[in-house]
Amino acid sequence: MPFIPHTEAEVGQMLARIDAPSVAALFEEIPSELRAAPLDLHDGLNEMDMLRWMGAQARKDEGTLCFAGAGCYDHHIPAAVWDIATRGEFMTAYTPYQAEASQGTLQLIYEYQSMMAHLMAMDLSNASLYDGASGLGEALLMAVRGNRGSRSRRVLVADSLNPRYRGAAQTIVGPQHIELVPLALDASGVTDTEVLAEHEGLDFAALVIQQPNYFGRLESVHSLTDWAHAQGMLVIAVVNPIAAAVLAPPGEWGENGADIAVGDGQPLGIPMASGGPSFGFMCCTERLVRQMPGRLIGRATDARGTPGYTLVLQAREQHIRRSKATSNICTNQGLLVTAATIHMALLGATGLAQVATACHHANNQLLRHLTAIPGVQVRFDGPHFHEAAVRLPVDPATVLTQLAAEGILGGVPLAPDYPGLSDCLLVCATEMRTDADMARFAGALARTLTAPPRCQAGA
Amino acid sequence: MSKLIFELSTEGRGARAQWPQTPAEALDDLPGELRRRTPPALPHLSELQVVRHYTRLSQRNFSIDTHFYPLGSCTMKYNPRGAHRAASQPGFLQRHPLAPPALSQGVLGCLHRLQAILEEVTGMRGVSLAPMAGAQGEFAGIAMIRAYHEARGDHERKEILIPTAAHGTNPATASMCGYRVREIPVTSGGDVDLEALQQAVGPHTAGLMMTNPSTCGVFETQIRAIADTIHGAGGLLYYDGANLNAILGKVRPGDMGFDVIHMNLHKTFATPHGGGGPGAGPVGVNERLLPFLPRPLVVEDRTADDGLHYRWADKAESPHSIGTLSAFGGNIGILLRALAYALLLGRDGLLRVAEYATLNANYLARALEDAGFQLAFPQRRASHEFIITLQREAREWGVGATDFAKRLLDHGVHAPTVHFPLLIPECLLIEPTETEDLATLDAFVAAMQATRREAEAHPDRLHQAPHTMPIGRLDEVSAARNPDLVWRGDPPMA
Repeated sequence: MPFIPHTEAEVGQMLARIDAPSVAALFEEIPSELRAAPLDLHDGLNEMDMLRWMGAQARKDEGTLCFAGAGCYDHHIPAAVWDIATRGEFMTAYTPYQAEASQGTLQLIYEYQSMMAHLMAMDLSNASLYDGASGLGEALLMAVRGNRGSRSRRVLVADSLNPRYRGAAQTIVGPQHIELVPLALDASGVTDTEVLAEHEGLDFAALVIQQPNYFGRLESVHSLTDWAHAQGMLVIAVVNPIAAAVLAPPGEWGENGADIAVGDGQPLGIPMASGGPSFGFMCCTERLVRQMPGRLIGRATDARGTPGYTLVLQAREQHIRRSKATSNICTNQGLLVTAATIHMALLGATGLAQVATACHHANNQLLRHLTAIPGVQVRFDGPHFHEAAVRLPVDPATVLTQLAAEGILGGVPLAPDYPGLSDCLLVCATEMRTDADMARFAGALARTLTAPPRCQAGA
Repeated sequence: MSKLIFELSTEGRGARAQWPQTPAEALDDLPGELRRRTPPALPHLSELQVVRHYTRLSQRNFSIDTHFYPLGSCTMKYNPRGAHRAASQPGFLQRHPLAPPALSQGVLGCLHRLQAILEEVTGMRGVSLAPMAGAQGEFAGIAMIRAYHEARGDHERKEILIPTAAHGTNPATASMCGYRVREIPVTSGGDVDLEALQQAVGPHTAGLMMTNPSTCGVFETQIRAIADTIHGAGGLLYYDGANLNAILGKVRPGDMGFDVIHMNLHKTFATPHGGGGPGAGPVGVNERLLPFLPRPLVVEDRTADDGLHYRWADKAESPHSIGTLSAFGGNIGILLRALAYALLLGRDGLLRVAEYATLNANYLARALEDAGFQLAFPQRRASHEFIITLQREAREWGVGATDFAKRLLDHGVHAPTVHFPLLIPECLLIEPTETEDLATLDAFVAAMQATRREAEAHPDRLHQAPHTMPIGRLDEVSAARNPDLVWRGDPPMA
């Protein structure tokens, strides 16, 4: 019996103790008409056979050369990160409700909160949310609750926000009748400052800006933040934590800084792994702390004056406040935070900045390779960080299919979310892509553009 | 005490093997005003310092791998290493979430298989794997109930009914979905008060959220009458799968009349808890809620002539979906671990989970009762968990559930869930799970007895417990008044 330690003799002894004739008899309170027929499932496998099947599945997807980003990035992960994070004492611990038996996890999260607050230049950080996109949904709810000067349930959301973030946030805030009002792009792929005037004097709870934006372009975050604050809005910054090592952090946007910073922690030592599990981070100003969703760890002392760490401000949370809680979130993404904390400790400020620099360098190299192909152009003028939209002379969907046949993930098509950019691919090269990788991608792309799509036999 | 990682830092040090080499002028094309002016205050450390610090921190934790964890409603069972290995293969870890089906048949095939297994286990017609934890599954479930009523033009249903014994996430979820919450009392036998329920339902009822077995640790025997009452009033029935471990293969939520269910794979399907996540909270629905399932869904196309049998369903195939819940497809790494677990157990293994979890709980309940502890529902058969109340101990010796819980830590046992459900005073909710052996259960009984003897003779020892942990009880009141959430170079406030 897999993972069940009982011997037959022990089962007999236990049944005798509870005066039950059989294990099946323990379910006598379940009305007989409800009891299930034997499940229509497979026979159990031993570990070897299970790994054989799962291994064959994994190998089908192995070996892809990745030039996609769009919110998930292929970075180097130091070997130590997951060696330590998957120690059973971290991996198989429960949520640290019993502080005295959870000081390892609690101190680690306090260190995480500190690192993240420093990286974002914000007052404080929570212990994590599910991912960046759902984190944005929580940030919108928080801004609507926390903006005392506004009665609005509308938020301005730049069109340059990752559309997958917009989608998930919409699902999460929709039932509370919060409306996402779009802000158009200008010709250079950033928020159009001309359209801001149209929104002046109207009541919005918040403005959402992503930096670098979905197209890898840099938004004028200082003037956007100051404008939003002058209009009485809170500013929600959506940022990439690696980029924050070299770009102005949210806490330093404009005169007073963003009010809430959210994003996905995946670039901090989390494998792409089909996009999850990763974790969402959320930082905010001191003023908003009691509106924060999720867990917060604080430092305190015991009766002997020994410092220790514990969950604090739990009166915001569902297990205390129930229907009045700031969110229903309970389980979050603890183990990913463990990995990210080890990752940030290893890299340090210099290492993170070097990774960011290397990514920027690699992406510029990639754009040089690709734009050397006739008909391929960078779609937007101006500097890009991390990724860029490139325009192709043929349908990007067809190109991606042909590249996939060569084991290359050639980017993400923009057509489904931006009809006006249906001739564009969003491409990305991290520090992991070598010049040879880029040459292979460019060569394959050039072939797909010069050769007509392969025809069906006989056509 | 353990130093903070920041206190180990020395300017000029670094784990240089982890730094890529790139000329700094590579950033010169970025506008100066958008660049960071001062580096973040992260520590400067060698690789060994980092490894040693976090290895030592790990040793300041209880975990399933090191300790018994009879934490009620949390199902802290063994997390098979084989499942972890299965999900940690390069093909799974290195796949980008937006890779097309041609580069994704392996993972899509796994997810499709898991969807089918979960449908069979729960007796539901469709499953979405998208929710990333139980609470997000609850959100998806209640959002679907809302979408269902709205699609029928039924806009007056503004209330969700929830038994008082429910998890806090239930009322919090209902609020997040824009509903009013009305609590339904629980009888002294541990069942929902059917009469009160019948009086509460009406044209304003959107649905009822409940667990079965309930958090009282008993099977709700009137479930059909409850379902009829809710359905008769036009509402829908939500199953909180927190306690699914108790009934695997024995009775299916779909057969009990539930319309929608979430599962906690980090409980029932043994994926590691990670010190507070990640989890996975798939939702299952019956026929009437199928159109509203959250995206993305994996579909099978056996006849695909390109050999690509699995793909994500197009948006156009689920126009009434409540939408997406994350940037990509949810916590796929956890879903793969759950699938590996299901493959290992199979039909018979899953059934045995419920049987032996229930055997262990009933044995432990009886042994504690024999040792003089008071069960909250002595007349009932325990499910996979049960409640003892320390009301008598609190009255006679002034030691409560928290004091017991803290003293158990000194015995090397993680505390059971304390003061939950809220309706039972001074309670411990105890769930041993099926993976613990008889000797461990007996040792727990011995620890409880020793604690009880001590409570009578030296109540102060319990008030001051724990005594052998790295720290004693923390002053949570002053920690809340003046929260210290971020290290800024200063010592802790005394």
